[in-house]
Amino acid sequence: MSSDHTDAGDDAHNAFITEATIEGDDDGPLAGRTIAIKDNMSTDGVRTTCGSAMLDEYVPPYNATVVDRVLEAGATMVGKANMDEFAMGGTTETSAFGATENPAAPDRVPGGSSGGSAAAVAAGAADLALGSDTGGSVRNPASFCGVVGIKPTYGLVSRYGIVAYANSLEQVGPLANTVEDAALLLDVISGPDPNDATTNDGGADSGYAAAADGDVEGLTVGVITDLIEGADDDVVETFQASLDDLEAQGAEITEVSLDSLEHAVQAYYVIAMSEASSNLARFDGVRYGPDTDAEGNWNEQFAAVREAGFGPEVKRRILLGTYALSAGYHDKYYKKAQDARAWVKQDFDDAFEDVDVLASPTMPVVPPKLGESLDDPLQLYLMDANTVPVNLANLPAISVPAGDVDGLPVGCQLIGPKFSEETIIRAASAVED
Amino acid sequence: MSDSPVDADEVQHVADLARVDLDDADADEFAAQFADILDYFAALDEVPEVDSDPELVNVMRADEVEEGLSQDEALQNAPETEDGFFKGPSVS
Repeated sequence: MSSDHTDAGDDAHNAFITEATIEGDDDGPLAGRTIAIKDNMSTDGVRTTCGSAMLDEYVPPYNATVVDRVLEAGATMVGKANMDEFAMGGTTETSAFGATENPAAPDRVPGGSSGGSAAAVAAGAADLALGSDTGGSVRNPASFCGVVGIKPTYGLVSRYGIVAYANSLEQVGPLANTVEDAALLLDVISGPDPNDATTNDGGADSGYAAAADGDVEGLTVGVITDLIEGADDDVVETFQASLDDLEAQGAEITEVSLDSLEHAVQAYYVIAMSEASSNLARFDGVRYGPDTDAEGNWNEQFAAVREAGFGPEVKRRILLGTYALSAGYHDKYYKKAQDARAWVKQDFDDAFEDVDVLASPTMPVVPPKLGESLDDPLQLYLMDANTVPVNLANLPAISVPAGDVDGLPVGCQLIGPKFSEETIIRAASAVED
Repeated sequence: MSDSPVDADEVQHVADLARVDLDDADADEFAAQFADILDYFAALDEVPEVDSDPELVNVMRADEVEEGLSQDEALQNAPETEDGFFKGPSVS
């Protein structure tokens, strides 16, 4: 590796935690393209912090599978992108390395948790980016920064080498300036991986980039009314214009209501926090992590390392997850959340009996101003209402720019049945035309 | 907040279970935030019991010996090592 690509002064939006170059192979579908990699993906010899002081000096001895795949496809990595700490947040403000500014909306957040990835693409600092999406963390920043982001079907892309947050929900996804470029990157990273037993062959021999042909003649699009009701009027108006555009190109627009979605945010956070409380138990300062002067037995020393290494949002989620799984509360929270998850899946399955894709605004609001969101965690969680149902149901979804409200980007989210990436890519390419 | 399920002592108890030290100010702040968040989660009570048929399959393969990380690589990020091992705090 070398780190001479840019000096720190060029990263005006703080899109990168570490600027470092890793050259890819000479040929391949991504030859000549630059890529930003979210800093929760392991890069051999380049520090991988996950946006946390806990991993400030952590240097992985191997590459994540997706990193190997983009390098073998010819892309050159230009840096490790900023993110909310351990991917817990929707604004990139919980990063231990400072907030990222939205290149498309000065003084606003870029969304999150893959905010650095989206900002790098929006600012032209990278042609492409990889993010990860546990509850919207690719689609949210894509929407706020005015770029394209895809959350693939669960298991389409390997998670080997990704720092785990909530395994049952998260997928790696591409970000790019166009639907076709995002689809091309998905072609490269998708497909089975022997190192991740949850991968499937849904993405083997894929032709996603070729699907970006804008042909929506006869496509049926169901607008999820439940996700319109909670969105700002200006956002809905802009979203509506992209539907009119689809209709003019031959798509048929209908309305769909899914009763289970009322409980999606509750279910998502209970499940994600529970999985996080277990996953983050490994950060105890022994194999990696900060060296503290703490004294006492191992429990006392671990607790001191974890106080020093984790920021407030990470502590909040570990504690709430521990609480939700503890004796006496497991049935009340975790078991009911799993019921809600099954209900959301059934509701989506039923809806796809009648329509090809479902649509909603990606985010119910325009990007908030920097520094305004972190005081009230619950309000921040509610901002994820439109994105989390997709993760609960293991479905693919894409966010494509729909327009703007007074210059602030608005995204249109298109959701499809499992393994229907080609369909949502085709529909999204008609929205961007 | 009289019927709040958590107070600062309960937060400290959970933090103890999760092995995270918290100072009193953090515990107070978390107690107030958790009251709101848990109150919101309580609406899960309205969710009906759902019969689901998870599409789970066992993914099996024979064990094979492959090249892995060297001992040096595995230890390279540890704050303390001794004779090729991780060194942690004493158990008690």
